[in-house]
Amino acid sequence: MAKRTIIPFGPQHPVLPEPVHLDLVIEDERVIEAIPQVGFIHRGLEKLVEKRDYQTFVNVTERICGICSFGHSLGYSQTIEILMDVEIPPRAEVLRVIWHELSRVHSHLLWLGLLADAFGFENLFMQCWRLRERVLDIFERTTGGRVILSACNVGGVNQDIANEDLRGIVHVLDGMRDEYGELLKTFLYDRSVKSRLSGVGYLSTQQARELCIVGPFARASALSEDIRCFGYGGYGYLSNFEPVTAEEGDGYARCKVRALEVVQSIDIIKELVDVIPDGELSVKVKGSPKAGSRAVSRLEQPRGECFYYAKGNGTRYLERFRIRTPTAQSIAGMVHTLQGCDLADVPLNILTIDPCISCTER
Amino acid sequence: MGSFHLTKMALRNLVSKPATRLYPLEPPVYTSMTKGHVVNDIDTCILCSICERKCPATALTVDKPNRTWTINPFSCVQCSTCVRICPTKSLRMEPDYTASAVSMQSLTMTKPSEEPSEEPQS
Ligand code: SF4
Ligand code: SF4
Repeated sequence: MAKRTIIPFGPQHPVLPEPVHLDLVIEDERVIEAIPQVGFIHRGLEKLVEKRDYQTFVNVTERICGICSFGHSLGYSQTIEILMDVEIPPRAEVLRVIWHELSRVHSHLLWLGLLADAFGFENLFMQCWRLRERVLDIFERTTGGRVILSACNVGGVNQDIANEDLRGIVHVLDGMRDEYGELLKTFLYDRSVKSRLSGVGYLSTQQARELCIVGPFARASALSEDIRCFGYGGYGYLSNFEPVTAEEGDGYARCKVRALEVVQSIDIIKELVDVIPDGELSVKVKGSPKAGSRAVSRLEQPRGECFYYAKGNGTRYLERFRIRTPTAQSIAGMVHTLQGCDLADVPLNILTIDPCISCTER
Repeated sequence: MGSFHLTKMALRNLVSKPATRLYPLEPPVYTSMTKGHVVNDIDTCILCSICERKCPATALTVDKPNRTWTINPFSCVQCSTCVRICPTKSLRMEPDYTASAVSMQSLTMTKPSEEPSEEPQS
């Protein structure tokens, strides 16, 4: 039997966008076991609910993560609205979804770029990020921020997007769609991309279900799970929503699902712009959450289902706020795909789950 | 299947404009919405401290007895909360970023006193 060695991997490593540590137990070139360790960027943001009142805390939730920033503010606001029994205006609901889907486009383009970079396709990487820049420009024009938008609050949204600006956004996205088509062709049909990703990090449907994997990672293993199907908030205005899934369960499938979801998100925005109702942007939320009241809500973040829990105590400060992020689930799947893989495939296996450690540790 | 799907785009890029700007050699372009920095029109400010209470970053300090309004621009996260809630609309968000500073100083504005006898302090 070959001698076993342990290679420490991370928390600082060129392939890791965020700090996570793995102890890789290696036999020859094969990984026998991967022992993950998280906790390098814990900032105690959930504890801050004791210091910031429930309306100000939305600015803290936005800063949980730079990529799912808008999603977290949306998830938090949605939870507090359930907690306090507030109904928000329909236009605000749709605007929230439009920003959220734009965030998904920018998150997936960022990830696709990182993936291209990981297998050494520099040109593809740059093209993805070049397109992503246009989404950030839309954010800046509509909210004033490129990454942290501060657009969502408890009770609605802070800014409106005029109907002609919405059509302008659709126009920009349509222009992007043609260019993105060329990138999509490369991701899906290029021989070098396919040979690098196919068969890497296989996870079967059964395993994905047992490990409770969520988001594109699960959908790439033919698990058709997407919270958007429930039609919460503005998603209720969509005529039809089908999650993108793939059968293969490997790195190529994960790339395919995310690459196709960009197109799907553009379609969603286009459809919503056609049906967006006019009206108020927010309602005034008065009072405080009742003592002992609890609320939960779920949201489909770019990385998968995210779960929010809030508990009131009768004051303006929440008793408890909790987030369970998609990466918390995906890490289990990542450890699973790492077992038995080649050492050279470790970076790709970590990357294809699209880990967001900042969210996970908060 | 195939290779070189990106060739067309790569060739196009040879003749197209750069996607990014060569900042700081070229000036930045702000949109009218860009959140640059907070400005207070101190004459209309009534020193009510609502902005101080609502600021999530505790960047603002209002001192009513001394008639001053202070912002620490290094703490401000440009969330626009203060701009939205100011009852007299004294605050506004300017689209340009402030120039870099050599020390972390806060900016104090003193409201001119109504009675000429009272000395404004900062
Ligand atoms: S909320 Fe407006 S009026 Fe009140 S202290 Fe702040 S700037 Fe002045
Ligand atoms: S913009 Fe936000 S962080 Fe800055 S001073 Fe106003 S409330 Fe505070």
